Amino acid sequence: MSVETETRERTRAGSSLPAWSGERLRFAIFAAVLLLAPVWLPLIGSYTDLGTRVLVYALAAMGLNLLLGFTGGLSFGHAAYFGLGAYGTGLMLRYVGPNMWLAVAAGVLLGGFAATLVGPVVMRRRGIYFAMITIAIGQMFYFIAVRWNNFTGGEDGLTGFQREPLALPGGSVTLTGPHFYYFVLFFFAVGVFLLWRVLNSPLGHAMVGARENSRRLEFLGIRVERLTWISFAISGFVTALAGSMNALLNNFTSPLDLYWQLSGYFVIICVLGGMRNFWGPFVGAAIYVIMQDYASTMTKNWLSVIGVMFMLVVLFFPRGLLGVLARRRSG
Amino acid sequence: MSLLELHGVSRSFGALRALSDIDLTVEPGELRAVIGPNGAGKTTLFNLISGFFPPSAGRILFEGREITGEQPARLVARGIIRTFQITEIFPDLTVYENLRLAVEAAMGLTFRPFLGAAGRRAVARRAEELLEAVHLADKADRVASELAHGDQRIVEMGITLSREPRLLLLDEPTAGMGEEETEHMVGIIRRLNRERGITMLFIEHDMDIIFGVADRITVLENGTLLAEGNAAEIAANEAVQAAYLGSRR
Repeated sequence: MSVETETRERTRAGSSLPAWSGERLRFAIFAAVLLLAPVWLPLIGSYTDLGTRVLVYALAAMGLNLLLGFTGGLSFGHAAYFGLGAYGTGLMLRYVGPNMWLAVAAGVLLGGFAATLVGPVVMRRRGIYFAMITIAIGQMFYFIAVRWNNFTGGEDGLTGFQREPLALPGGSVTLTGPHFYYFVLFFFAVGVFLLWRVLNSPLGHAMVGARENSRRLEFLGIRVERLTWISFAISGFVTALAGSMNALLNNFTSPLDLYWQLSGYFVIICVLGGMRNFWGPFVGAAIYVIMQDYASTMTKNWLSVIGVMFMLVVLFFPRGLLGVLARRRSG
Repeated sequence: MSLLELHGVSRSFGALRALSDIDLTVEPGELRAVIGPNGAGKTTLFNLISGFFPPSAGRILFEGREITGEQPARLVARGIIRTFQITEIFPDLTVYENLRLAVEAAMGLTFRPFLGAAGRRAVARRAEELLEAVHLADKADRVASELAHGDQRIVEMGITLSREPRLLLLDEPTAGMGEEETEHMVGIIRRLNRERGITMLFIEHDMDIIFGVADRITVLENGTLLAEGNAAEIAANEAVQAAYLGSRR
């Protein structure tokens, strides 16, 4: 019995994620592809910063997806925490000092704590009301950034800061090209690992339970509101981390990084890739960023390409692109 | 000491008297059926015992302690667990994941963002135990929503057991089930009662189940207690025949 139990536990250890055979191998390949991106991207005629942008958008969307896909909370205001992460980092570099670690910490804490404070306001709402209140609160941060002209740069955005050399134990590193890519990849890995650990814990199991049947969960004595709050907060911290990376990528941030339109893009990215799937938003982000890069050189209306893709996915692959692949494989 | 005692319990909704002056005693280990025509007050009785609303009058005692008016969560902690007429499970999770979630909640681990290997093992062991108890081990890795209706109800039963019930209230446990499913469910109910000594109250319409399974039967009609006794007594009871069985034929 006990041996059997342990085998079951081992085989089911990651069962909230797709239990593919050779999952480890696939992950190793995926990790290698990411680690070698600065090598192979130029070979296919692309550039490293494109890979960096994929990481940034993927991290933002994966952070959102903890709430959206795994807890069932449709947030249409996550750009707010992305943007606050960006402003936190930019303001720190501009007004306080050229320390990269502090700058990232400032962005993560600003966006993350904002989400934590907003949580209690939104956690009692469900469905469309949840979406509406998250959008409204998100827009509030947008207007603060626009109006607080002399501090945030207002509508023109925040300039006057740039990536600084990174202080490491062995000396300092200039963050250009591949170096900056690895800098972002490191924080991407930290954020993704955090999300993965949470989803494979009792807390994560309960979040999925809240998505599946919140009434049932209440009958088990669990306060679903509290779960929603925690999910919202963690999600906000991770998305803020992505925002911080975005500010460093562009050496710039503007109120558009807080705007509800970007929130909508994050949701689209999740749906496109598959929001029931851990890596779904990554696939969505890759498609989004690559489309933006290539299609925008051909047509101003590159967004309509994304729009058509989005419609096709919603109509024919409601589980998203990665969701379809996962199902094929297991079925 | 009796497990559950109701003394003169009544409940009104506005002018409607859903239950009036019910006296009811359930002994530990009993398997008790509650029957009666629609609108007799069966579900209202369950709602009162499980604390979904308080009685308008009367007292409810559990294990000799007064529990009248206590909140559902408090009563769940005391071991009074119920199921509902509609199946409440986590549809997109596997059977094992359904039970694991329930076990983690029952063990108070829900808000742990990390759980060590020992904790995981303890959860897994308990979840496996529940799988065995409701005979679902062979369907552990199936997605719950893809199971037959009867099996979904049994998953729900497993979730319910995670709280180690002392008194289990089952609201129409075999409703909508085929013959085979019903038999399976009845087998599980009987086994949980015999082997684990779980006291159960169940609402049921199927006469074969009622007379075949229940130790004692309580008959409600129009919110009042019409009769109570074992199968033979109820079958012989003229008032029951006239008011309930009679009206069915």
